Amino acid sequence: MFVLVVGGGKVGYYLTKELIESGHEVALMEKDRTRAGQIADEIGSVVISQDGCEGKYLHEAGANRADIVAAVTGDDEDNLVICQMAKHHFDVPRTIARVNNPKNERLFRHLGVDEIISPTRMILGSIEQDIPVHELLHLAALGVGELEIIEAHLQPGSPAIGRVALELTVPQGCSLFGVIRDGNPTPLKADTVLAEGDKVIAIGRPDCEVQLREQLIGRPDAD
Amino acid sequence: MKAVVVGCGRVGAGVADELDRAGWQVLIIDQKSAAFDRLPASFTGTALRGDGTDEDVLRRAGAENADLFLALTEGDNRNIMAAQLGIEALGARKTVAKVNDPVRAEAYAHLGIATLCRTNLMATQILGYAGQAVPARPGVYVPENPHQHDAPVAAEEAASGTPGTPGSPGGVAVPTTPEPGGFPGAEA
Repeated sequence: MFVLVVGGGKVGYYLTKELIESGHEVALMEKDRTRAGQIADEIGSVVISQDGCEGKYLHEAGANRADIVAAVTGDDEDNLVICQMAKHHFDVPRTIARVNNPKNERLFRHLGVDEIISPTRMILGSIEQDIPVHELLHLAALGVGELEIIEAHLQPGSPAIGRVALELTVPQGCSLFGVIRDGNPTPLKADTVLAEGDKVIAIGRPDCEVQLREQLIGRPDAD
Repeated sequence: MKAVVVGCGRVGAGVADELDRAGWQVLIIDQKSAAFDRLPASFTGTALRGDGTDEDVLRRAGAENADLFLALTEGDNRNIMAAQLGIEALGARKTVAKVNDPVRAEAYAHLGIATLCRTNLMATQILGYAGQAVPARPGVYVPENPHQHDAPVAAEEAASGTPGTPGSPGGVAVPTTPEPGGFPGAEA
């Protein structure tokens, strides 16, 4: 497997090191010569001191025979361009981009980047799981992020309390599939009536969230 | 008619001013407020400090559904990303991105955005003035399918590759876009 890593920051450096250790062929592109030199001193001749956004240098680095291109610079716009050039100009089968602004995930996916890793989103998800908020919790993303597993903790004031779960009108592209009551997971049955304190687990597209929140949490809270 | 200009450099400010005078509704965005000093006092459009590659900033500024979306900062990749945001997320009808790397300029025309390559424009002009045979390096690449980012590589012929002659303003090739009027400011 030949992996071309673009961006020699901390992520690119450790990624390259790990890949070499697991026996893959790797090339790392880092445009800053000083930084590139430092890494080369440590891990050897796999470092190419050129700008991975430039088609000419991508070609020289062997982008046309890469199995994977991982764009892990600190700038979203650079990572987007690296992946698009790899995909459309060099026919790289798999492109991976690091994204800082979570809002860019959708654009990147739409523009053909195969895999998008957002450290911001991951840390955010982790924080949301730890603090009790009157919001929906994102438990996990499925596939490449088209679907998410969401938890809604029913608090006093929720319009869903006292209603039969299966009779709620959930938005299209979304499905309720269980409830956790007193710590016990149970599937939704025809007679399951939702109660305060229930944790409702749903699976759906990210764009269903607003409607789902209205149904299960109530009107969006200002905080 | 509504125009969004990302990057208030000399070109961005100049174009924004011309469009403003011509009666367009103009929004210009730059990271540095000092850049807006390039706009004349008579400018009646909106000048906003912010990141033109941030969808939230663009939406808050009302950049949706522009007739013309120009990405003219000093960064090729920033321009490419802003232009693609303009098309894909904000419903811009027509976009142009300044891309100084000729390889990227051509590649992105194939992906559906019009690109303007200063490197090619200037090289062509200089060689022409020096009386050298001018290679066919277009300064403006116009995509055949402007709103399909994953369009197949088919824009080759539509790339309107006539290099500028020393007399023509800026060496801007006439775009062969299917939309009437072409790109405002281009000499027909």
